[in-house]
Amino acid sequence: PPAHSCNDWIGPPDKHSNLRPVIFYVPPKESPLERRLREARQEAQACDQRFWARHNRAFCKEKEEFIYSRLKAKGLDRGAETGQKATLNAEEMADFYKEFLSKNFRKHMQYNRDWYKRNFTITFLMGQVALARALRWLRWKKKNV
Amino acid sequence: GLFVWHLKSAGARQVLCPFLHLCRAGSERWVTFQYFNFLKRMYVTQHNKDLSQRAKPKSDSVASPFRELQRLDQEKKVIYKIRPISPAHQPLSETSSGEVKLAAETDSSATPVRAEPKDDRQWKEMKLRLEDLPGILARLSKIKLTALVVSTASAGFAMAPIPFDLTCFLLASLGTGLASCAANSINQFFEVPFDSNMNRTKNRPLVRGQISPLLAVCFAASCGVPGIALLTLGVNPLTGALGAFNIFLYTCCYTPMKRMSIANTWVGAVVGAIPPVMGWTAATGTLDAGALLLGGILYSWQFPHFNALSWGLREDYSRGGYCMMSVTHPGLCRRVALRHCLALIGLSAVAPVLDVTTWTFPVVSLPLNLYISYLAFRFYRDADRSSSRRLFFCSLWHLPMLLLVMFTCKKSLLEKEDKGDLPGGDQGRAMEMRLP
Repeated sequence: PPAHSCNDWIGPPDKHSNLRPVIFYVPPKESPLERRLREARQEAQACDQRFWARHNRAFCKEKEEFIYSRLKAKGLDRGAETGQKATLNAEEMADFYKEFLSKNFRKHMQYNRDWYKRNFTITFLMGQVALARALRWLRWKKKNV
Repeated sequence: GLFVWHLKSAGARQVLCPFLHLCRAGSERWVTFQYFNFLKRMYVTQHNKDLSQRAKPKSDSVASPFRELQRLDQEKKVIYKIRPISPAHQPLSETSSGEVKLAAETDSSATPVRAEPKDDRQWKEMKLRLEDLPGILARLSKIKLTALVVSTASAGFAMAPIPFDLTCFLLASLGTGLASCAANSINQFFEVPFDSNMNRTKNRPLVRGQISPLLAVCFAASCGVPGIALLTLGVNPLTGALGAFNIFLYTCCYTPMKRMSIANTWVGAVVGAIPPVMGWTAATGTLDAGALLLGGILYSWQFPHFNALSWGLREDYSRGGYCMMSVTHPGLCRRVALRHCLALIGLSAVAPVLDVTTWTFPVVSLPLNLYISYLAFRFYRDADRSSSRRLFFCSLWHLPMLLLVMFTCKKSLLEKEDKGDLPGGDQGRAMEMRLP
């Protein structure tokens, strides 16, 4: 983001977490409320990034392991002689998907709770900041009229 | 919402200068750029048209747009220029013209912020442009799905045994549409990190940061409250109550349940069944058997539709942590789809019994229902991607066809009057229909 910008900037999705990172603009006259909001958003971003990056990496790793073990059981090699990677079709992968989902169920429940809480807090803070700014602007308008 | 209105009514405040400048400098090209941000082909087309106006060929690397931006000053008229780039680099830059404002984060002076260019995509400023707002809100409210919901509600209205009242019909449709927009927006508000991780949903406005969560909630409230009020006061309280209940069911039951239990599919089917019931109650004011029948038909339809769709998304659901039948209970998934297709045949046969349609309806709709049941049976037996896709696409045209046939076979009021079993209070109106 450029030097003179006074807004946040959002980037392309992260390779591991698929979440889009945000660079937050820190205004010079940031009120305590605005700082709380920015810090809450930064913390939420960090939490989400950690969770999803780890989760997706685990998914890919376990998927590879599953494919490898299944192919080995079938007597095939992962890199076949034709040069193409041997892989499983969707129906065979279904077992893996089911297993992965049930294994991570509790982790997701915990994350859901945290996510909802964070989402509400941040949105509420945004509302407070917007209101504070509106009042400030009204006061300024009245003064300058 | 709050902040956008603020911007519009603002005067000379420095914070709002950039925005005003943008408004002044803005023209149609901005709208197209913003709207087709990620459609590179469209971007290139528009950009070609524009190069003559803003000629500044750039042969530099992707990182250079940021250097360009550093020269921009808030006070200048045209602040956020379209990035003029050489044709060779057009595919690469989806650049600075993409801007989204985060409602809570603007202030007067600029502070240097470190730039972190990513390899093949650009960073976008989170600045909301007024021209983009309609497009963004359309995607936030899932406007196409809303249109479908409103059409099922209209079908419910049309099937109700009363003379057609245009005002009531329009009010009911509008109210239902607004309620649906509100529900869809809240749904997206709740699901941002999950949507980012699924291919189908990763381009939604909140995921891409095109709109702030606060704005999404304000939009939902500003659609939902007038929508429900319109239904309650302009149509009747029963329809309003059903609308409010449906919003609650969708946002507070279905959306969280998607991640907790496979029962979410059944709750979602009820959510889909309520709009035609709402249409019917808007017309008649009561919850008759006909309303429940229509609701039942839509309820049963949801299963082949959704189960077939979810069959191809198993990987995304599994990784995203969604509890769907297709992942955890695949056999049940296919059984339920088949079961409900057969139920559709049964429900169509019940329609004439309840005086909703004539007996031609079950006869004419039988081939339709048999065909979808056949595809559901193939899905049940084969359990592969191609059969699921065929079932899904069939469900897309099956429903409109079924509703159309139902409407054409609707039992006319005149017939009913002859038999002497009109709903109470409509005798007067029915007489009017007879007059030339």
